This record gives sequence, C-alpha cells and structure tokens, in this order.
Amino acid sequence: MEREEEVDGSALQRSVGPSIRHLVPWLGVSLFFALFFFYPLVRILRIGLDPAGLLQIDPAAWSVARQAVGFTFYQATLSTLLTLALGLPAAFLFARFEFRGKALLRALTAIPFMLPTVVVAAGFNALLGPRGWVNLGLMSLFRLPGAPLPFVGTLGAILLAHVFYNTTIVIRLVGNALSQMDPRLEQAARTLGADPRQVLRRVTLPLLRSPLLAAALLVFLFDFTSFGVILLLGGPSYATLEVEIYLQAVQLFNLPLASLLSLLQLLCTLVFSVLYSRVVLRPGGRAAPRPAVSNLHRATGLGERLFVGGGIVLLLVLFVLPLLSLPLRSVTRLEADRGQLGAVPYGLTADYYRALFVNSNQSIFYVPPFAAVGNSLAYAGITVVLSLLLGFPAAVALAKPGRLERLLDPLLMLPLGASAVTLGLGFIVSFNRPPLALLASPLLLPLAHTLIALPFVIRSLQPALASVPERLRQAAAALGAGPRRVWWTVDWPIVARATLGAAVFAFTVSLGEFGASSLVVRPEYPTLPVAIARFLSQPGGLNYGQAMAMATILMAVCGAGILLIEKLRLPGAGEF
Amino acid sequence: MLEVVDLWKSCEGQPLLNGVSFAAAAGETVCLLGASGSGKSTLLRLIAGLETPERGSVRWDGQDLAGVPVHRRGFGLVFQDYALFPHLDVAANVAFGLKVQGQAQTVVRERVAEVLAQVNLGDFGSRRVTELSGGEQQRVALARALAPRPRLLMFDEPLGALDRSLREQLIGELRQVLRLSRVPAVYVTHDQEEAFALADRVLLLHDGRILRSGSPRQVWQEPGSDWAARFLGAGNVVAGARRPDGRVETPAGVFADPCGGTHVTGEPACLLLRPGGAVRRPAGTPGCVTGRVADVVFRREDYRVTLDNGLYFFLTEAPRLGEELALELPPGAVQCLS
Repeated sequence: MEREEEVDGSALQRSVGPSIRHLVPWLGVSLFFALFFFYPLVRILRIGLDPAGLLQIDPAAWSVARQAVGFTFYQATLSTLLTLALGLPAAFLFARFEFRGKALLRALTAIPFMLPTVVVAAGFNALLGPRGWVNLGLMSLFRLPGAPLPFVGTLGAILLAHVFYNTTIVIRLVGNALSQMDPRLEQAARTLGADPRQVLRRVTLPLLRSPLLAAALLVFLFDFTSFGVILLLGGPSYATLEVEIYLQAVQLFNLPLASLLSLLQLLCTLVFSVLYSRVVLRPGGRAAPRPAVSNLHRATGLGERLFVGGGIVLLLVLFVLPLLSLPLRSVTRLEADRGQLGAVPYGLTADYYRALFVNSNQSIFYVPPFAAVGNSLAYAGITVVLSLLLGFPAAVALAKPGRLERLLDPLLMLPLGASAVTLGLGFIVSFNRPPLALLASPLLLPLAHTLIALPFVIRSLQPALASVPERLRQAAAALGAGPRRVWWTVDWPIVARATLGAAVFAFTVSLGEFGASSLVVRPEYPTLPVAIARFLSQPGGLNYGQAMAMATILMAVCGAGILLIEKLRLPGAGEF
Repeated sequence: MLEVVDLWKSCEGQPLLNGVSFAAAAGETVCLLGASGSGKSTLLRLIAGLETPERGSVRWDGQDLAGVPVHRRGFGLVFQDYALFPHLDVAANVAFGLKVQGQAQTVVRERVAEVLAQVNLGDFGSRRVTELSGGEQQRVALARALAPRPRLLMFDEPLGALDRSLREQLIGELRQVLRLSRVPAVYVTHDQEEAFALADRVLLLHDGRILRSGSPRQVWQEPGSDWAARFLGAGNVVAGARRPDGRVETPAGVFADPCGGTHVTGEPACLLLRPGGAVRRPAGTPGCVTGRVADVVFRREDYRVTLDNGLYFFLTEAPRLGEELALELPPGAVQCLS
C-alpha cells in the first residue's frame, strides 16, 4: 500500500520515489525553455560562429564592433564608480542616522530600479533634454535661440541615468551590512584611541569590503547590459554591445556580426555572474553577534547635520525631479507643434492625452497611439497567464526539492543572464522561416516577455509555497479534510497572496520591456515602450507631448504595480 | 585618579542614573555591583565618553572631561562580548591601539608580545580571532585594552558569557594582571563572586544611585539596606514594628533592637537575620526562632534549612522534614537594615 509521504511538499503530490510524477510539473517549463530559449541560443551560436558568414563582414564593421566593446566597458566602469560614489555615503546616511521621512526617501531611491527604461529616459528627457524644463526655462529666461545645456547625446546623460537606476543596489547591500555591524566594534576602536577617520579606515570600511564588492559587481553587470538608456539618451554617437547588436540586426541586417556580439555579451555576463556569486557566497567568517544596541541616532553637531541635510537634498533632487518632470511635461504646452503656424497657447493642456486617440497622417504608425496602450496591456495579460501556467507547477516542485529540482534550479535563471536584446535576436533568427515562421505573428512577443518573466515568477512563488507549514496540513488532514480540501483551505490562502504578487511582477515586467520588444515587435501592433521611443525622437511639440503622455501612463501603471508588489511581498523574502 | 560627580542619565525617557558619584584612585579596583538593567553599562559608557550625561561630570585628576572626545581619554574598555575585530588576527587586534598612536613597528611588536605573555597567550599572535574559544577571546580583549597603556581600565561584565570554572580561572588571572599593572580599574558586574574576588572597593548600584560603598568585607557584613541584603543574599530580611519596650516585633519572633538611635513605638523596622551559626535548642527554649522544617538542601559543608515561615538557616546536621525546630541565633546575627 502506498504511504503518503508526510515530510514536506504540496498535499497534491504523492511521492512514490523518483518517477514520471516528478517530471510532470517540469514538462511545461522545459518545453518552453527548450523551444524559446535554447533553440534560439543554438541558432545564434551557429550563425555567430559560422566562418562563411564571418568572412563576409567588412573591416569597417569589425572596427565599429571593437569600439562598441571598448565603450561598453568604459561606460560601465565609469557608471559603477559614480554609483558607488553616491551610494556609499547614501548607505551611511540610511544605516546610521534617524531622520523624518527616512522610510519615504528610502522607498524613493528604490523606485527607479523597477521602472521601465523608456520611462526613465523620458523623465530625464523631460527634465534636461533639449525640450525639457531646464533648457526651455533657460531659453525663455535669457532669450536664447537654442538649448544651452547639452544632455541627450552626451556621456553625462548615460552616466546620470545609470546612477539614478542603480544607487539603490549600493544602498541596500552596503546599507544592510552597515546597520547589522556591531556598534561595539567601532566603539572599541574609539576607546583604543582611533579618531573618527581612523575608525572608518581601519574598522568600518574593511568590514564592508565584501558587500561593497558584491554591489560593485552587480551594478557593473547592470550597466554593462544597459540598452534603453544608451539608445534613448546616448544618441547616435554612443553604442554599447547591446545597442550594436540591435543596430546590426535591425538596421544593417548583419546577422552574423550581431550573433557574434551576442555570444561575446553572453560570455561576459557569465563571467561577471560567476564572480558575483563567488563574492556573495564566500563565508565572511564573522563571529560578531547581532548588536543589542541600535546603530541609529539623530544627527548631532554641525558636521553631521550638514551631511544628513545635504544628503537628503541631493537624493531628493536626483530621484524626485526626473520623476516629477515627466507627468508635468505631459500636461504643459511649451512649444509649437510640427508645422503649426501662429501663436502658441502656452500652459496647461490635456491635448497630448486627447491626441493619443487620434491617428494623424503624420504619425509613423497606422494606428492611433493609444492602441499601443491596448497592445501592451494585452501582451502583459498573455504574459501573466502563460508565466503562471508554466511557472506555478515548477515552483510547487521546487518547494520540495529533489534531485531533479536541484539539477534544474540553476538553469531557470539562465534567461536572466542573456540580455533582452539577445533574446530578441534569437527570436529573429529562429522563427523567420517555416516550420516555425512565427515572426509574422503578433503573439511572438508575449512569448519573449514570458521568457523574461518566468524566472521572477518562479522565484517569487517558491518561498511562499515552501513556507506553508506541514503541521497545518497535517492538522487539517487529521480533522478529516481530504487532500484537495486541505490544499484549498491551507495552502491556497498563503499561496494566493504570492501568486498575486508574481502576477503583478510578470505584468509589470511585460509592460515595460523594451529590449526584446525593439527587435521582435510588429509595426502594426506596437507596444507602449516602443511607441514612446519613436515619438520621443520626432520633432514637433505634439509628438513630444504624446510621448510624454504615454510615458506618464506607463509610469503610473508600473508605479502602481511596484507598490502592489511591495505590499504583497512576504516579510523576509530575499532580495538579491 | 578618576572622579565621577553626580551623574544623571535617562534612557528613553525613563530615569536610569540619578546622581551617581564615586572615585577610583591609582592602583585601586572598584567594582560596581548591581542587577541587570541598573545602568552599569551606561555608567561605563559615560565615563568612556561614548555618551554624554544629562547632569554631572566625569573628571580625571581634577580636569573635567566634558569636551574631551573618546579617542583622547586614554580609558581602556573591555566589553562583555569581546568586540574583537574579526578582520584582524590576534596580534593585529592587540596592536590596534598602538598603531593608531603611530608607534614604530619594533615598539609595537615588542609590546604586543609582552602583553600577550601577560595573559598567557604567548604564541597566539597569528591566530584568527574567530577560531578562539570564549576564554581565549576574552584574554585577547584584555590584552588589546592593556597594550596602549591606558590610564584607566573599565570592564563591562567581561566574564558573563563564560562557564563557572573558566570564570574562576580568569578571575585569578585578572587579579594578577591588575595588581601588576597598577592601573585603576572600574569593574561592572551583577555577579557578587566576581565583585568580591576582584574589588578593593565594592559599590552597590540600585535605582540609579550608589547605595553602599566599602570593602567587600564591609559590604557583606553590613549591607545597610533591605535591597542590598536581598541582592547579596546576606540572609533573611524581616520587617516588623517597634514595641514600647524597645524591642522589635516580627513574624519570626521578638528581637532586641539592633539599630542605634531613638525610635518611636510602632515605627517600622527592617532587620537582617544572618543564617549562619544557628544552634538547635530543645523545643520551648525562650529567645529562639521557631518553625517547622519545610525544605532541606545539601550545601557541601552544611545544610540550608528552610522553615515554613520562610526563614532559612545553615545547620551542620540535617533535620527531618516537618520537624519542629527552635534555633538560637548567635550574638550579632540580628542586624539593622532600617
């Protein structure tokens, strides 16, 4: 007689030893990955390493590619250094000082990380771009003919946006380590005669070496694979690996070179990921117990007050202004529309939002821009359904890890290692001919989005499913509930919350996805981010205003999604 | 020498220290004895300069240390959980105070070796601090505090995390180190064994004030208050009222009033009945404490006998449970508490 295994796992699964039963939950995910990740990857490998194709690439293209590689490392290094320069003092600010509005400011610094790149680019554009607040304000103040402050198309824009995005990583990783540091260590140093600078140099910073390194590596990885920021804020003169892959594939139809660059990108990402996991998992060897005394105190003395006050102001300016400029710009008319003659009614207006529903002949799309909103929502919906359908069984299986699960677990995170652009390229080279001629189908894009969202969905469902205490199930069963009823009354309430969170996650990821979408999207079914990018580059106030309006909508929806995810998150769920 | 003058400090709105004053001279070890949470650690932190008092001052050789930052006071502090730097090995930990002073390499090396020898950790220099046992870590913490030749040593319950036998061993070593270095020391603990073993002077801290100050023998023999007597476990604390004939009537019996001075009839009195030296007398003997035996506990050299009225005494022979006892107390066994 089969004995129901009682140790752990969902009540719906009865373990009879390694069997077909174990493979079932992985069937969907495995097929999906095989078809839409591994197969495209193999195609890229074959095209990228095919000698015949490579020989056809002319030397000019090679030098462009070399430059792109060099620039990628250069801007990633600079961005990382700048992020650390801001993030380290900010980490100290949050870990050591108590001040009013601290929780709010901390949340503010974390928002950018989850926002779509187009929103961030649009926000900075609205603030510092040639048609943004600062420039237009200066122009009208000093009666200048052209925009005085160069921004879009400068390295500074790229660096600024990267710092905006990634400072929160440093604040979290280093700040956590700082606040968990035993304050008695620094106090002991002081009683031994070390002045504050010596304490910092000899005790505090050495103890932060590990989290600092981890943060630096992670930030570097994100900056290295940055796409939307480079494309939208860097302008035509700056190209990283990602951007070059996109340009070669979509504009120059040079698939061999694009594939080669993709492989190079994958290799670099792999190396950095391995380095990162090495640093994070290395045993710190710290025997210091959790401090009983808190590390926090209110700022005393002039020096500390200046630090805290200045820090708050700087962070507010950096994080609030771009986010605020965007919606404000979308409801303000500051310049003439393209081809418009006569007086321009400056001031608040809802015209840009109204114009979203209209298809003017000058528009690049054959549909009203607002259709992009509808498309994005539809794609996001499909992504949610697909990723939950595929991810839920896998997460259930992972909650009770056996040999199979341990093997498959690391493979789940692979799509994250490949950049979105690479995934998009893979789709282009794999599904452009029968029998898998899916490129013409508008349904291909949500598949790409699902690929990107699946690891997140599985990772966020897994802790919730694993956390259901077996005792509760046993108690319910002992009270006479059958397996299905046990699952419904015990597991589901706990799991429902996490499922909702995962669904919102997938929704938000899909809505804001730009990299893969740029390559795979059908022109007649544009997504919101792609539409925003197109409209941003068009001259004329109306186009610009419409871009701002769409970006504001995207920001609002994603922002709501982020808040919802935070509310639904299990306390203590892991971060990086 | 150290002078603490009328220190006041509250913690989260609650009063913690309410006017603490004491002094520690060169070569003297002063032990602050008090219950957990009585503000002992805060007092040390105030002396070290890690916190500022709300009222009062800390002086060294007459100079007020109010404006002097922590790193310039020259006071060593040994923490309860050692607070050793995990990223440095033993020698680097011990050398820390010397390195921040900017001492030369050779000087540092010599001093580190000297101090490590003093705490019996001679060849531990290159060990990682995370590999050490509790006793070894505590010795390293002591060595580290001693190395820069502080003018005052402070100990914040340093032996709290160690087991009994280790504690006794370390107390012995500590006594030797303190005697040899001749540095004044302020030692804070809730354990009277430690305090009595190490102190030249014991200070009882309760309700944010020093209730009693004296040599260990003085404090033990005359606790001076009912709290002190209870805290030290000096004996039975009984409350009673004064009778017109000058004696004190208590639930345990009637005793001659040991308190000096004139008192009014009916005035409450608090007496300490020492448990040692009681002699069994036949039942009915006048002037004895009587009661039925409720519990007998073996105490290696004698027995702790608890009576049904709550009083306990040490007897050389174990009585039977339920037996009626009449105990005659030796002269001086009844002391005045208030």
